[in-house]
Amino acid sequence: METAQQLDKPALGTNDAARDKAINEQATMTQDTPYPDQTVGKPFVDDPKMRLRDVEVFYDDNQAIHGVSLDIGKNEVVSLIGPSGCGKSTFLRCLNRMNDTIDICKVKGSLHLESQDLYDPKLDVVELRARVGMVFQKPNPFPKSIYDNVAYGPRIHGLANKKYDLDEIVETSLRKAGLWEEVKDRLHAPGTGLSGGQQQRLCIARTIAVSPEVVLMDEPCSALDPIATAKIEELISELSESYTIAIVTHSMQQAARVSHRTAYFHLGRLVEMNDTETVFTKPEHDLTEAYITGRFG
Amino acid sequence: MQTGNLLLLLVVMVAGAYYLGLRRSFALARPLGGIRHLHSLPFYFAMRSAMWCAIPALVVLGLWLAFDDSIIRQQVLASLPAELQPTDASSYNLTLSKIQNVASGALPVNFVEPPIAAAAEHLQSLRQTSAMALTVVIIVLCMLGGAWAWLKVSPQLRARQQVERVLQTLFMLCATVAILTTVGIVMSVLFESIRFFGKVPVTDFLFGLQWSPQTALRADQVASGGAFGAVPLFMGTMLISAIALLVAVPVGLMSAIYLAEYASNRVRTVAKPALEVLAGVPTVVYGFFAALTVAPFIRGLGESVGLDVASESALAAGLVMGIMIIPFVSSLADDVITAVPQAMRDGSLGLGATKSETIKKVIFPAALPGIMGGILLAASRAIGETMIVVMAAGLAANLTANPLEAVTTITVQIVTLLTGDQEFDSAKTLAAFALGLMLFITTLVMNIFALHIVKKYREQYD
Repeated sequence: METAQQLDKPALGTNDAARDKAINEQATMTQDTPYPDQTVGKPFVDDPKMRLRDVEVFYDDNQAIHGVSLDIGKNEVVSLIGPSGCGKSTFLRCLNRMNDTIDICKVKGSLHLESQDLYDPKLDVVELRARVGMVFQKPNPFPKSIYDNVAYGPRIHGLANKKYDLDEIVETSLRKAGLWEEVKDRLHAPGTGLSGGQQQRLCIARTIAVSPEVVLMDEPCSALDPIATAKIEELISELSESYTIAIVTHSMQQAARVSHRTAYFHLGRLVEMNDTETVFTKPEHDLTEAYITGRFG
Repeated sequence: MQTGNLLLLLVVMVAGAYYLGLRRSFALARPLGGIRHLHSLPFYFAMRSAMWCAIPALVVLGLWLAFDDSIIRQQVLASLPAELQPTDASSYNLTLSKIQNVASGALPVNFVEPPIAAAAEHLQSLRQTSAMALTVVIIVLCMLGGAWAWLKVSPQLRARQQVERVLQTLFMLCATVAILTTVGIVMSVLFESIRFFGKVPVTDFLFGLQWSPQTALRADQVASGGAFGAVPLFMGTMLISAIALLVAVPVGLMSAIYLAEYASNRVRTVAKPALEVLAGVPTVVYGFFAALTVAPFIRGLGESVGLDVASESALAAGLVMGIMIIPFVSSLADDVITAVPQAMRDGSLGLGATKSETIKKVIFPAALPGIMGGILLAASRAIGETMIVVMAAGLAANLTANPLEAVTTITVQIVTLLTGDQEFDSAKTLAAFALGLMLFITTLVMNIFALHIVKKYREQYD
């Protein structure tokens, strides 16, 4: 990790594919320690959508994330797995600055969405969150109608000039979220009256209605039954054609099914990040292997 | 023995019964191999003994004290010769107080007729007998109760359950006191109001536009017959309450939004109690603040722009009342805004909404039922508020919607009708009860409505 940090620091904010490649190789070489102080695997990609380096998160004096560096590629689905309390949700919430709502939370490091520094003091957080949308663990539709839930984002961002445009955005978003056929006859019924799985798809429709570039999902299926989960997973695969997706999940099957690359977090450190297939078939780190084979977590 | 001493004796005897019960249960437990072989802990056996000792004695004591005076009185009056027997209520009271004064030594014996003096002596002796008998009865009851409980102590006795049942009854009686008091108040107001409506028709009271409660006390007095139209009072009450709500609702709501959504924890811990201090200021202090500071200020301000402002304007009273009820609105609104789940805020912020957009479009609609409940509670408080309006709103029953004029309210009129020496059978004083009944019904309906809304809201987010 020492070397990775030193190598990486001069490159902050720039895109140096060669250096990242070198780090990838170096990371793969050192993997003998059982304690997660160095990332193994391939955390970096060429031309990433989000480039995150040495991310550290503090809650007051408690450090929740220790020097995590990884890339999220364009139109890639990255899943973050790991035991409870390992910091994966905290990390995810850094990516659209949802951690700002927690007073005691401090974020350090270099986080970029393409060339935009996420923690640039001049950055408009509101605009960032429109580019990086978020779906939460528990479905949280507003106590409004289905239509108003989806139209909420487009309305506050002025995405539609006419009622007709707004109708179209709502329909497209609901279709993309696979909910249109189920709700088209009751668009003005309250969103809270839907089933859990439908509510979660409504929340996804609400998020993609503002046309974000990246969609963050924080355990989107943990409150759902297997059928609703299957629908959402199918949806994630479809959405990855147009969006970049980062998903936190407790279900390893889910990570294996939906994601291209998988990152394994342990005690606030990124232990291993690799192609999903590699992580689940030939994990490089002992801790990863222990977790995916169910020895703990 | 005097009642006070008797009570002391009772306490001693109860303590003794407790101690004996405790001793006996320990004594019973020892040969069995410890207190775990008893059904209940020794404490419960002791409590049971104390209760058996105290409760029958206390019940008899209460009944005795409630009835012994009237029984003695009847006996004394019955002992009087026929020519001195009272004929009506006032001579009954006169004779009785004469006898009592002689008996207590306030009136010398040679000032009254001999039969009265004899009656006084009779009264004295009856009282002594009664006190004596009471003492004996209480002591006997205590001892019997205590002895019975002591004898019944056995390892199988379910003392714990019995103590539980007595305590349950005690709690229920305490709760009943509050309910019965409410019922009593409502009933007395209701019956007096019915008497009033016997003198003044209900329709005149509810729909009359003229309020001037002065009536002639004697036939030769020059005075109006009195007009009891409550509409000007209702209008005045509503006007002042409306002004108060116009002040309290925006200020209270916005301060609640600030406290719940924007203020840092440090500001919140200081500002919230500070705001709630407003509710702790005595209303009489608000009253002289309104009458001495705000009213002259408004009058001066009005005059400087050429408006004619009464020195006791509805505006002054309403403004100060509004300040007083700010904490009702802000505290309740703060609670319901804080109760809106964080997930709602996250959802909205995650879509790129700003904080104020989130508040306006998501939190406020979600919290609206609770906020409405708070506003209604504040409104019923404003309608029932008395001291501020007594000091600042004036007495003239003007039927006007102009806040710069003096108006009067229901509460002010109740105060003026009932202060001073009054006879409680004239339409004037009875009108106060009718007004009180109206006020009670209005605030009750508003409170029920508000509580209903708040309850509905709570069911939504739990």
